[in-house]
Amino acid sequence: MSIAAVSVVDATPRGKIIAAVLVIGYALITMIPLIWIVATSFKSPPDSISYPPKVIFQPTLEGYVNLFTTRSRQTPEYIESLGPPKTWYDALVRERNMIITGPSRFAGRYMNSVIIGFGSTFLAVFLGTLAAYAFSRFRVPLKDDLLFFILSTRMMPPVAVAIPIYLMYRELGLNDTHLGMILLYTAVNLSLSVWLLKGFVDEIPREYEEAAVVDGYTRFQAFVKVVLPQMRAGIAATAIFCLIFAWNEYAFALLLTSGTAQTAPPFIPIIIGEGGLDWPAVAAGTTLFLVPVVVFTVLLRKQLLRGITFGAVRR
Amino acid sequence: MMSIHRAAMAAALLAGTALCAPAAMAQDKELTLCWAAWDPANALVELSKDFTAQSGVKMNFEFVPWTNFADRMLNELNSGGKLCDLMIGDSQWIGGGATYGHYVKLNDFFDKEGITMDDFLPAAVDAYAAWPKGSTNYYALPAMGDAVGWVYRKDWFERPEIREAFQAEVGRPLDVPKTWDELVEVARFFQGREIDGETRYGAAIYTERGSEGITMGVTNALYPYGFKYENTPGKYDMDGAVNSPDAVAGLEKYKELYECCTPPGHSDAYMTEDLDAYKSGQTALQMNFFAFFPGIAKDPNVGGDTSGFFVNPSAKVAASVLGGQGISVVAYSDKQDEALEYIKWFAQPDVQKKWWSLGGYAVHNAVVEDPSFPESTPFAGQFLEAMSNVKDFWQEPIYAELLLAMQKRMHDYVVADQGTAQEALDKLIEDWTVSFEDDGKL
Amino acid sequence: MSDHVDDSLSVPAASAARRRPPRAVRGLSDRWIATLFIAPSIVLLLAINIFPLIWTVYLSFTNFRANQPGREVNWLGTKNYARLLGSEDVWSYLQATAHFVVWTMLIQVAIGLGLALLVNKNFKGAPVWTTIILIPMMLSPAVVGTFWTYLYQPQTGIFSYIVDFFTGLGPIDMIGSVKLAPWAIVIVDTWMWTPYIMLLCLAGLRSIPDYLYEAAEVDRAGPFQTFWYITLPRILPFLMLAVLFRGIENFKMFDMVVELTSGGPGSTTELASINLKREAFEKWRTGYASAFAVILFVTVFGLGNIYVKALNRVKQ
Repeated sequence: MSIAAVSVVDATPRGKIIAAVLVIGYALITMIPLIWIVATSFKSPPDSISYPPKVIFQPTLEGYVNLFTTRSRQTPEYIESLGPPKTWYDALVRERNMIITGPSRFAGRYMNSVIIGFGSTFLAVFLGTLAAYAFSRFRVPLKDDLLFFILSTRMMPPVAVAIPIYLMYRELGLNDTHLGMILLYTAVNLSLSVWLLKGFVDEIPREYEEAAVVDGYTRFQAFVKVVLPQMRAGIAATAIFCLIFAWNEYAFALLLTSGTAQTAPPFIPIIIGEGGLDWPAVAAGTTLFLVPVVVFTVLLRKQLLRGITFGAVRR
Repeated sequence: MMSIHRAAMAAALLAGTALCAPAAMAQDKELTLCWAAWDPANALVELSKDFTAQSGVKMNFEFVPWTNFADRMLNELNSGGKLCDLMIGDSQWIGGGATYGHYVKLNDFFDKEGITMDDFLPAAVDAYAAWPKGSTNYYALPAMGDAVGWVYRKDWFERPEIREAFQAEVGRPLDVPKTWDELVEVARFFQGREIDGETRYGAAIYTERGSEGITMGVTNALYPYGFKYENTPGKYDMDGAVNSPDAVAGLEKYKELYECCTPPGHSDAYMTEDLDAYKSGQTALQMNFFAFFPGIAKDPNVGGDTSGFFVNPSAKVAASVLGGQGISVVAYSDKQDEALEYIKWFAQPDVQKKWWSLGGYAVHNAVVEDPSFPESTPFAGQFLEAMSNVKDFWQEPIYAELLLAMQKRMHDYVVADQGTAQEALDKLIEDWTVSFEDDGKL
Repeated sequence: MSDHVDDSLSVPAASAARRRPPRAVRGLSDRWIATLFIAPSIVLLLAINIFPLIWTVYLSFTNFRANQPGREVNWLGTKNYARLLGSEDVWSYLQATAHFVVWTMLIQVAIGLGLALLVNKNFKGAPVWTTIILIPMMLSPAVVGTFWTYLYQPQTGIFSYIVDFFTGLGPIDMIGSVKLAPWAIVIVDTWMWTPYIMLLCLAGLRSIPDYLYEAAEVDRAGPFQTFWYITLPRILPFLMLAVLFRGIENFKMFDMVVELTSGGPGSTTELASINLKREAFEKWRTGYASAFAVILFVTVFGLGNIYVKALNRVKQ
């Protein structure tokens, strides 16, 4: 499915203009919060809480510096005794009578998001591809029930599943570990992954494999050499979905991680509470966290659209 | 090229390791201390540098903002996590920490090292170290005394035109409020007033919903009005105490203050929001913990002579909400010896004095009984006064459950304006009764 | 939902396999491959979804508390359930949840369907603008919730400022007011998820063959009639599917709202999942919370199944 596909009985030119105006209007309104987030990340803390809200302001990197550092307030005399600032960010912080005491935890949390996001995506797509192929091609006992069972696991509120998982992980020592989170996100994503990928496999004519088997391939070789390459687009679409879910997930991360494996989503909100309401720092963290997703959305929109509408289209 | 480079690196690394071996050995020892992310935590980082210098044990810190602190850390303790070796846990946790075995009992250690609780403020020992309350079973060393107090804009209070206006409107001289009635009068006077071309508001108070904010705020009014948790201490007989006419009057007063005299959008505010509102010049008064007062006194906008401090006003009795924490050794830690070493170091009178000078509220007698202490800062005397009549929330092992019930009932009544004060307190008793029944105490 | 599983493709293989004895294909037999390919997924789901679910059901009949491991665990029978269903507060959380689900769905369907019809006019640049519209739904709900608290600030927030600018109502306290807070969360959810409804409607629109419209034109049907008799029946299954997916998600809503309002003011936006988290991970009433979890799961499952039945009827 592509958005560019033409399947309309020709709209009148006037109709098109009205439609364009309305859609663009909606898109612009929808962008205001996003633009505001990015703009705020370049404001100074006083500018971020001025009334009326400032549209034109002197941009500064203070929010980003605050995001990546911890600071403490000192007397001007003490700061003077330290000699001239060594770096531009030292200088920036000292203007507020503060000194940098160390790096913040944001970079680590961000890395955790990357590790857990990509790790679980890889696993979910890997397992999903295998299962989808098997479901699509072989006679599997109780197939319908299994498929329905896989789908229904998505209906549990995450907080509800979190109770026993918390207990289980506590026993197994998986609480607050990367492995624990990767396994968990894999399990959550698996239902989506199996369902989406099965649709893609179903679309690949089975004659290709039959031909390969006739040529002397084993079933497994036929799967690897013939089917997998054809599934590329489907795998890409599925991977994006799994990644976006794992990247954005909050409830499990909040309840099951703390010092070691915490991802960015539960961390960003608590930047607020660290020594005054530092909205530019929150905005900076938000911006850095959103950028990959926005880039993904724009670059891979075709696969995304295919993934989103897939289940619906196939039925 | 590459391989030569790499070989050189390796050689350098090896040489480095060989040379630094003894130092590296010492640096191997590390401790992680968990606390809330706030001003005193920064002071503790500063103070702990001395410990690292003396013992060679590196200190790591895990600081969590207050609104997430209990949630995060209790979760950590309940899952037997090894993140924290030392925990500066909130006063209400001591019951759970002792009962569920999260904290190491310190009596033997105190005896061995000659640390005695007689050296600390009695109120602090009771609140931060002992469980059950009043016993001599110690699970923490009092680390930081704290209570809720008030900050006011001294510069505004002193301006002749403002004083005149107050006299004309209220019929008495503008002064630091001594009672809750006066407090509301003063807040009402400043609400919406133009000062220096900007609209100002009365008071920044605690109204936060998610953790413990509104409970800490409301009890600040309840205690002075004579609110009690039980008729007979230890009997859990709450009817007639929790919902006494005095308690109802106190709760209504707090709601009056919230409705008349807070800045717009003040429906979910706790420590940082209040600090922000006050420091940005929005409000004339601020309710907050003493822990923040050193920071306010140093603040570029409202520091120096701009701000004054006062103890929570009374109504029928003098009372303040207790804050503050003791420092405990986490039972799940692999490094309990080093952790005890830290506590031993921290308990020394000289370290306690430095702790106070850096902005931490030491409750060691060597500090607070020093004749110069009350005058040492603009808030030290008030601190001692507040600590002499502090009251704390339930310290029961199930305190979190009791707290959440109170959060809901108070926010429903004060902020969401549902029902009456009497109904809110009646429902609170119902909630608490169920909890105590489940816990086998009733 | 199980009757949707598309089985047609596997039938020939299955019947073929039944007729012949195992083929002498080199390598693993089909049955082995099938087992090997499916088993890891099933095992993982059993371990991380089904086993926990069964455990939850068991816990829901006990007074277990996860923070008191040493305590004796008693079998309570259905006491937790009785207490839950008899509690006024629980009904108010479910009401808040219902308000949230119903209104987000109604508003999003209205706007999403409208947008899809407009985008389907295929004006120049439509794909670019559609992509822009999609961005909010890709973002992290918790992070979005956090940031909207800033946008909603009555004095400094851009939302209040813009509304005030156009209406002159003065500063608006979206989060602090009992009347407005339930709408504050509806607005943010609408901002995030309307694009999703739009997309599925668009998929439905694109599935309508042109000849139907041409036939309508021949019959001199007005635009309203065309919409009512051709467009709507065709996109209704897509729309209902979108509502099903989003409805389930919103019934489970936790992250965005907890960061935006933490359930306040009072308990006006305390959705079921938010209360569940409080009971389970702050009060540590594990048994009681498990019972609540089971009730929520059964509700979602039941409503979902009824809905799917309706959906099937529409499709036929």
